[in-house]
Amino acid sequence: MNNLKPNVKLDIREILKDIENYHPKRRGWIWRNVSPQKIGEFTYMQASPGLKNFVALPSARGLGNIDPQPDAVITTEIASGRFEDDIRRMRMAAYHGADHIMVIRTAGQSHIDGLLEGTPQGIGGIPITRKQLRAQRKALDIIEEEVGRPINYHSYVSGVAGPEIAVLFTEEGVNGAHQDPQYNILYRNINAIRSFVDAAESKRIMAYAEMAQIDGAHNANATARDAWKVMPELLVQHIINSKFSEKVGIRKDNICLSTVPPAASPTPDIKLNLPYAIALREFLSDYKMRAQMNTKYMDSSTREATVTHVLNLLISRLTSADIQSTITPDEGRNVPWHIYNIEALDTAKQAMVGMDDLLSMVNLRNDGYLQDKKREIQERSVLMMEEIIEMGGYFNAVEAGMFVDSGEYPARNGDGISRDINGGVGAGSVIKRDKDYMAPVTAHYGYNNVKQYKKEYIDNPSKLINGCTFEKPEMIKFIDELDDTDNVYLRLDKTEKYRSGNLLKPEVEWLGDGTVVVDLFFPTNERIAEAAAIETGRKMNLVNVEVIHKEVLHPSEGSRIQIKGTFNFDLEVDKLVLPEIIKIHSEDEILKYIRKNPIKVVAGTAGNDEHSVGIREVLDIKHGGVEKFGIKYEYLGTSVPIEKFVDAAIETKSKVIMMSTIISHDGTHYKNMKKLHNYAVEKGVRDKLILIAGGTQVTPEIARKSNMDQGFGRGTKGIQIASFIIDKHREMTNKNEN
Amino acid sequence: MKERIDDFETRRVHLKDMSDVELRRYFLQLSEEMMDPLLEMAYTHTSKSIERSVLLRMGFSSIETKMIVDILGEHNLLGKGAGHCVYLLSINKKISIQEAGQLIQNGEEINYLMELFNTNE
Repeated sequence: MNNLKPNVKLDIREILKDIENYHPKRRGWIWRNVSPQKIGEFTYMQASPGLKNFVALPSARGLGNIDPQPDAVITTEIASGRFEDDIRRMRMAAYHGADHIMVIRTAGQSHIDGLLEGTPQGIGGIPITRKQLRAQRKALDIIEEEVGRPINYHSYVSGVAGPEIAVLFTEEGVNGAHQDPQYNILYRNINAIRSFVDAAESKRIMAYAEMAQIDGAHNANATARDAWKVMPELLVQHIINSKFSEKVGIRKDNICLSTVPPAASPTPDIKLNLPYAIALREFLSDYKMRAQMNTKYMDSSTREATVTHVLNLLISRLTSADIQSTITPDEGRNVPWHIYNIEALDTAKQAMVGMDDLLSMVNLRNDGYLQDKKREIQERSVLMMEEIIEMGGYFNAVEAGMFVDSGEYPARNGDGISRDINGGVGAGSVIKRDKDYMAPVTAHYGYNNVKQYKKEYIDNPSKLINGCTFEKPEMIKFIDELDDTDNVYLRLDKTEKYRSGNLLKPEVEWLGDGTVVVDLFFPTNERIAEAAAIETGRKMNLVNVEVIHKEVLHPSEGSRIQIKGTFNFDLEVDKLVLPEIIKIHSEDEILKYIRKNPIKVVAGTAGNDEHSVGIREVLDIKHGGVEKFGIKYEYLGTSVPIEKFVDAAIETKSKVIMMSTIISHDGTHYKNMKKLHNYAVEKGVRDKLILIAGGTQVTPEIARKSNMDQGFGRGTKGIQIASFIIDKHREMTNKNEN
Repeated sequence: MKERIDDFETRRVHLKDMSDVELRRYFLQLSEEMMDPLLEMAYTHTSKSIERSVLLRMGFSSIETKMIVDILGEHNLLGKGAGHCVYLLSINKKISIQEAGQLIQNGEEINYLMELFNTNE
């Protein structure tokens, strides 16, 4: 299992086997090893070592498949409701550069007084349980070896069972967690006193386990009416949680502020967000920055969300980010799908690498608007803290509705969230510790009268019981399934045919879910287009058709509609017609053949086509093109008239024509192929020439149908073409000899 | 809070001459002032979740911790510490921590603990 190969799937049943005896390899958060990296001819300054196994960005195809990794830890949030399916997504995410995997909890878990057990299915997240955590950590322990970089696993220590969850996380090797009592109070209406008392214990446990802690302040700008007006309060919320954590014992370099650029374009995004980002990083410079992306102004357009997120990444590069979190661009319309986790990760990686070392070239101004605005935000936050203290402290301020008011402090609109200090879930549930209060365990916060039993154990209370689970994991009690109608084995059984059999189905989040997206344009108004889209989906045999995105291109001329629906058919793998695998000869064999039989090629892009990147790549020696194997070529340039290919071949005594044809609009590429063939016939040279067409939309089958000798599509390597050329040449020579 | 207009300019008078460094120092000082009472409260109080987290660390399952803490809570023994109750029972009765927890879960020895802690009022 530990020798996982990229071409072999993770076996979920294997992961679950013997899970009751599994213990994680390590505890604690791990940062990337930040250091300049020389990759090919480039040196990256804000970078970290590359991965053993990875999937590079699409455009890396033209750059020797390099996959530079930025400096920041990169986060993705994965929680579809079925943790077993999420494990597969985690592996994909790790290949795309994620080393911080965050698991959202199922709706309502924060109000559950105690721990959940087993593996029930979740809604909008995962029920966090010991078995679920252990299975995912076990999988990540394998995946991190596969990619060659530690993966931080993360979830939430909040709600009314925070301390128990913190213990569970420590025992199960969770490396990071959200912990912020303000989140409980403001957004979950959990009693304020209970939240802070519990938080101290949770934080003490997290400090022991060296987890990275992320706060919850970003929720204020997701909740406030005008997110940019809440900036002064954000500084206050950040320092409340950070200072409390620090005093309880979390190391400063494990205290991370969850900071989101509050505004988004079409506001003047950078003008609003940059002064704030600087104000925050200056005031709270003792701590780490977890830069999150904006969700507040997300709609259903994944394109728009991506642009907002790239602007957020610009803020990260203009200031700093220790952890760069990603928001999937589909979060505005559904619980994230596989493909969008990967898109978000690629967006972060691409933008951060692209903006590498930006501040060595660009200075932020030390005067004017940027500094004035920064200072104003800071002063406003100081004034807010003064007033909180004047009011008699934090609890009174919460009760008065000081927080998440839509006015920019000190302006108040009277719409803040107000919580009764004696109200909320868990009100009246804290208990004063008596003089002889005692807890014989490690990482316990607060008054603990150990000395009544053994003075020398004051610093190690668990010695009273010969160690607790933190020192002796074998003491942990594992509970398996509690519900025989809702657990992972039943779900696995249901989808077994897609796991072990010959069957496939399209998928967005769960194995066999069958969900597909269809992107449609109708030349009509939005209302009609929407109805037409649903009808189109039905006629395509999709069920549960729903519109997930609409965009007006013009009020009457046209509308874009995206629908999703379920494709309820199983595909049998052994009945699929697979694209042919192109035969490759060894470099030596090709070189030897060409030395004996010199072959010349004429090449260019056809017709009105200026796309020359692909053809250069299969020609030039530098990119491993045909030249590398001794094949000489005559490059005719771009937008070459079809006739010229043949005329040039005759003139230069070339045996091969390599025609690149990228434009596929209206079947242009196939028309070009036929034209090339016909002209060669007309000139009486067709049987003396090897005609090859290439391009991103070219497939071998259709190229051959269009009278080419062979076609080559996306991702073709020079060696494949050279191999074909010598095979074809050999065949033609033999024919002539016979 | 009551609505009010932005009176930033009048409120900031005492801040405006501070340097950036002074302003930051003041910000951090205020944060300490704000958090100290909360830390003190956490230091001297506990909750059912904290007590269950103690028992988890002592090797009990989540189901057992819930039953033990609920029974101890009903008898006002959580101020002594749930782990303390289990520990004391195991020492005094010369039984394992697990066995002591089992007894409490079954509602046995509660009176004994109450007498021991003198909280039987």
